[in-house]
Amino acid sequence: MEMFLKLDFWFTVFRCATPVLFATMAAMIADRSGILNLGMEGAMAIASLSGVLASGFSGNLLVGGFVGLFCGTLFTMILAYFIMNMKANQVIAGIAMNLAASGGSIFALYSITGDKNTSNSIQSKAFPSVEIPVLKDIPVLGDILSGHNVLTYLAFILAIVLFIVLKKTKFGFKVRAVGESPEAAESVGIKVHRVRYQTMFLSGLLASFGGIYMSMGYINRWTAGMIAGRGYIALATNAMAAGNSLLGMFASLLYGFGSSIAIYLQNMNMDPYMVTMIPYLAIIVFYVLFSLYYRHKNKQHESL
Amino acid sequence: MGKEILRVENLTKIYPGGTVANYKINFSADEGEIHALVGENGAGKSTLMKMLFGIEEVTDGKIFLRGEEIHFANSTDAIAHGIGMVQQHMMLVPSLTVAENLVLGIEHTTGLFVDKKQNVKDTEEISEKYNLKVDADKLVRDISIGMKQKLEILKTMYRGAKIIILDEPTAVLAPQETEELFEQLLNLKKDGYTILFISHKLNEVKYLCDRLTVLKDGKSIGTYNVSDVTVEEISNLMVGRDITLSYDKDETEIGDKILTVDHLNFVDKFGTKKLDDLSFSLRSGEVLGIAGIEGNGQKEAMEILTGNMKCDSGSIQFKGKDLTKLTIGKIRDTGIAHVPEDRNLDGSAPQMSVRDNISAASLKKFTNKFKLLDQKKIDEYCEESVEKFKVKTSGLNSMIKSLSGGNVQKAIVAREFTQDADVIVLNQPTRGVDVGAMEFIHKKILEMRSQKKSMVMVSADLAELQALSDRIIVFYKGKVVGVIDDVKQTTDKELGLYMLGLKQDSKEKLMEA
Repeated sequence: MEMFLKLDFWFTVFRCATPVLFATMAAMIADRSGILNLGMEGAMAIASLSGVLASGFSGNLLVGGFVGLFCGTLFTMILAYFIMNMKANQVIAGIAMNLAASGGSIFALYSITGDKNTSNSIQSKAFPSVEIPVLKDIPVLGDILSGHNVLTYLAFILAIVLFIVLKKTKFGFKVRAVGESPEAAESVGIKVHRVRYQTMFLSGLLASFGGIYMSMGYINRWTAGMIAGRGYIALATNAMAAGNSLLGMFASLLYGFGSSIAIYLQNMNMDPYMVTMIPYLAIIVFYVLFSLYYRHKNKQHESL
Repeated sequence: MGKEILRVENLTKIYPGGTVANYKINFSADEGEIHALVGENGAGKSTLMKMLFGIEEVTDGKIFLRGEEIHFANSTDAIAHGIGMVQQHMMLVPSLTVAENLVLGIEHTTGLFVDKKQNVKDTEEISEKYNLKVDADKLVRDISIGMKQKLEILKTMYRGAKIIILDEPTAVLAPQETEELFEQLLNLKKDGYTILFISHKLNEVKYLCDRLTVLKDGKSIGTYNVSDVTVEEISNLMVGRDITLSYDKDETEIGDKILTVDHLNFVDKFGTKKLDDLSFSLRSGEVLGIAGIEGNGQKEAMEILTGNMKCDSGSIQFKGKDLTKLTIGKIRDTGIAHVPEDRNLDGSAPQMSVRDNISAASLKKFTNKFKLLDQKKIDEYCEESVEKFKVKTSGLNSMIKSLSGGNVQKAIVAREFTQDADVIVLNQPTRGVDVGAMEFIHKKILEMRSQKKSMVMVSADLAELQALSDRIIVFYKGKVVGVIDDVKQTTDKELGLYMLGLKQDSKEKLMEA
């Protein structure tokens, strides 16, 4: 129990929450426009690998970041095309794309570098950590909140931006109208397809940020399977947040909390495989609690 | 009346499957005219309007607006040309406010953000100008159907519509709301707006409209001045024969209470109290009509009665059992049949065959000793049902969704009426079916009544309620507010007062219900 008293533990909570927060926002923006984007896992895998490769070969961090974002977003746009133009089932198309991405990324790594599981032969760049002026000098808070990766700060800022965009801007209104009642949106001349392509683009971009954070921030190389279901768990955190990205921040921190516990227990010689279950179990438990709460609040009576 | 604004020449619509929905339709409307389009269901009214509004592609023929030929690629085009449409199914986003819905897609903005104040101000201004009162700040899910309709009309005008298409606008309104709507439409007409009014309620057409065009089987029969034709003549043109909703009811004896609904409460997911201590009872052998504006708890009461929803508190006593504690299957077993409100959603499995749909509720009867289905018996039963209930189908194997609405409904009625149930719950038994099917279903309902079955019937069609019911109760905000024992003597107006909550019977009288 003494781990909860360590400042490091709480620092790790934020560190672990970052990729899931990106993915949660990705799920949320698509969801609000009426699309279930299951392709986040794949987009993260692709973005994380292409980011590492591009930064390694170019020796430039920003080139790596850009290529990572581009590839992950492109992947999501292909999925969007399948769903909207080819009328593919969103669940099937999403899962198929993810499976292709998980195999394809290993294949790509092997054919380009000769490495099979980990990008050891490539010297990848990483996004830097930053100390926040003023904040870093505050005891306790400074230790927990300052010194994170740039992308961590970006994630939390974007969560606030997303909240405002959905609630206050014209684009946000369109997204909500399209998601809730596409016929109504169409009848006033809103182009449902276009709005959904826009949200899928943003969704892909956000997921890709989560991806490059994993391989160029969280750690400094690419490993097969490193996304480890973070793209899927975001569906649960999004459901918990019920379309509100501030709550999404909170839900992602819950995941981070579970992850942080797992990391600490691992250091205490617990079985590592068992320990890795913890964040996911935590999310399931929290999700059930949230659902019960929402049900209580909304009295949603489901017909049989 | 002004000069001609819209003309349609030889307009034809053939769907990809080969169905001819409209064939060489001709008609024209003038500025400042209310022009009715009448016809039975399936006569092609909606298709025609959808083509005028750019939702459906035109197969052949021409549309002229102010003398110029036009082509609409989509509804945005039509809106840009000053055509607006209020569809039967409201095109509103429930979780946005009235003002947000009004300006959706063309919001005022200040910098990056939507200018809430300006949008509300616009809403209030336009609402004031045309005397269509709406609450700008309320969420659409919280406002009445009547207000939603006003909002829809305002929406079209806010976007600059000069021609407004109304698709059966009165179907969901109380008589008083209808009157109010008509008054407002007449005002708009004075301001030079053209209104295309789709309806099959001929009295309304007679009262409101200047001219009418009759559609039958996808063709236009002709355009008449409303003052030149009688309701009977219009009806004849539409169906080719007179339809009256008056039937001879057998004298039957009404027995004791057979089913008692006791203090039901239900709060929906938005926190609205849908059922508020609702109590009423059904006597054996009677047809109990339930009137009320949509959304006053009728749907919930019927769903709870048939087990499709669970209530928060209260009970339903039937044959010594509390139905609220039973599953749908058990409720059916105790002797309750159910014709649901939406035939495509709950009433049938659209992708399955006519046979599967008709036999679904009675499969238990057709199993042999190995618990396998006896196909021969099923076929016999289905063939008999199809014949008795005049379901027009190319065969038992055809998918039920290939049938017309009236025939799907007849198939569902066939399934439910052959269950040998003591109580039949009818929720909108003839909504959206053609007049012929309506008449047929009505006769079947009276046949069941003669066989001493008890029925609860929810309907938005007051004429239907008056023609069939032995007793009518009126729902308002999840409560019974009126009991009408003498159905023949009551008027639309009286029912309307109850439906709007303006009149309420004494407690003692309501206790009897």
